[in-house]
Amino acid sequence: MLATPASTLSVPFIVDQVFVLFKDWLVSFLPTSWRPAAGIVLGVIGIVCVYPGLFALTTVFERKGLGRMQNRYGPNRVGPYGFFQPVADGIKSLTKEDIIPFDADAVVHFLAPLTLVVTVFMGFAVLPMGRNMVLVNLDAGLLFFFSMSAATELSVFMAGWSSRNKYSLLGAMRAVAQMISYEVPLLLTTVAVVMIAGSLSLPKIVEAQSGYTGWFPHWYIFTPWGLASFLIFAIAATAETNRSPFDLPEGESEIVAGYHTEYSGFKFALFFLGEYVAMFSISGIGVTLFLGGWSAPLPFLNVVPSWLWFFSKVMLSIFVFIWMRGTLPRLRQDQLMNFAWKFVLPFTLLNLGVTALWRFMGEGWARWVVSSIILAGVYVLMGRVGMFKKHFGPRSYRYAE
Amino acid sequence: MLGEGILKGMAETAKNFAGSFVSVDRLTTVEYPEQRIPTFENARVFPFLVYDGPDWAAGLRCVACQICEKECPPKCIYIEKSQGKKPDFVGKPQFYPTRFDIDISVCMSCQICVEVCPFEAIKMDTEFELATDNRFGGLLLDRQQLAKSNEYYHQIHPTEATEVDARLDAEKEAAAAKAKAAAQAAAAKAGEAAKAASAKPAPPTGGED
Repeated sequence: MLATPASTLSVPFIVDQVFVLFKDWLVSFLPTSWRPAAGIVLGVIGIVCVYPGLFALTTVFERKGLGRMQNRYGPNRVGPYGFFQPVADGIKSLTKEDIIPFDADAVVHFLAPLTLVVTVFMGFAVLPMGRNMVLVNLDAGLLFFFSMSAATELSVFMAGWSSRNKYSLLGAMRAVAQMISYEVPLLLTTVAVVMIAGSLSLPKIVEAQSGYTGWFPHWYIFTPWGLASFLIFAIAATAETNRSPFDLPEGESEIVAGYHTEYSGFKFALFFLGEYVAMFSISGIGVTLFLGGWSAPLPFLNVVPSWLWFFSKVMLSIFVFIWMRGTLPRLRQDQLMNFAWKFVLPFTLLNLGVTALWRFMGEGWARWVVSSIILAGVYVLMGRVGMFKKHFGPRSYRYAE
Repeated sequence: MLGEGILKGMAETAKNFAGSFVSVDRLTTVEYPEQRIPTFENARVFPFLVYDGPDWAAGLRCVACQICEKECPPKCIYIEKSQGKKPDFVGKPQFYPTRFDIDISVCMSCQICVEVCPFEAIKMDTEFELATDNRFGGLLLDRQQLAKSNEYYHQIHPTEATEVDARLDAEKEAAAAKAKAAAQAAAAKAGEAAKAASAKPAPPTGGED
């Protein structure tokens, strides 16, 4: 598969391709006809091991990070600095009783967490996690990815509907309304990337961003339309993964835990896992589309292996997710919908127009100025109009004073 | 501008995040089993029985008057009165409890028993680590478990214990003074009687004289 002869392998190359080389070495013990299938199986095993591992790490880092943002220590009891906390959590959820409500639709109730986890993991099949590190290089990889992530809505609704609990159903309704509303801008921002890159294949999109002008990487986030797309993508991705401030589907203070109210034991753990792995996968796609995938930010940093860049970027975006969770309060349902349909969607459509303009204005500084002015101007204008006659400041009460 | 508030909020949490690693003053958490803050003087958890002197059984101030048992709103106190009497701190013979149980799973820490006790015998403890794996027997405290020394009382509620001691000392002095007065009166009476007795036969002797 790799054309480079063994004699010319440099150390950075071996480190960069360590997983690919290891896979090829393992597969070489098998008959030739089995090799492609075995290679895929090994890749799947890798994905299924790495992301739950990262999930375990993220849960403890999230709790510690949130704690620090609130001037607390966070968990520090299990193991050194509390890093074995996920082990304790895992044992706890494995040994807990698995309750299926008497009135619940047992089959759908059982299938919902499985659907979530399976569809979420399917998305990783097309995600390039390093140079030559993509499980299946589909020509329509982006489309496949989003069709898989859209299927998570199904599992959320299955969970809410089958539980036969008012809170579960309310949570599922909220989740579906929110996810479908934000799915639209999410997909439209990726359309902008596809327009520029000219391909739906994710490795091709990464390649399109891998060059440098001097020290300046050709990442899409460093263009006006790319920055706007990235910000919209980040907002929509937060809503899509039901993270704070868009965590209405599981708003603890209102509807217990939303669609997974009636889940306990390991099924609950699967939901938890599914949500976090969905965060990794949406971060991964965001990194791939806007942050140059596995490419290094500066040319000389290419010594660092490509997979390390990919995972660092993913973890950085996870940190931003956690940071937002530690900062922002939950939105109200009407605010959520107004924001999606009255601000994000029109702005995304405008951004598509600007991207087209960028594409057809050709090289030169003119397109930078024009598209920056349009986007910034419209952003400020929409902000002014949206906040017109709205009072911001201490709340005044009419009766309770 | 739109989004300004979000950035401000993010800056604030970032400041907290970084600051909590730099300045220890930001972290107000007391890591409980290892670190403790001393309990407040007016803290109260469950009642205990005060005793004087080295022997808890001999020194219990309780005289089994059963006022606390009757006043207790959730009825968590059970007392059995003794047959015989033993001298109390002023030396007066008093009954004592042969059984004094408090069910702390029932007790609601209202302190009414303390307020009604005329003998300063029951006080509120500050001990709160009372978890046990036996929900019935483990939470039913008997006389011996409840008995705590006056020194311990001074340790947990110094101001209150000093007041109580002053009051008891005053009572003791008053009792002693009364006893002394009574003794003096008795002695005087006895003296008078002796005088009278000696005076009566005096005339004959005097007559004789």
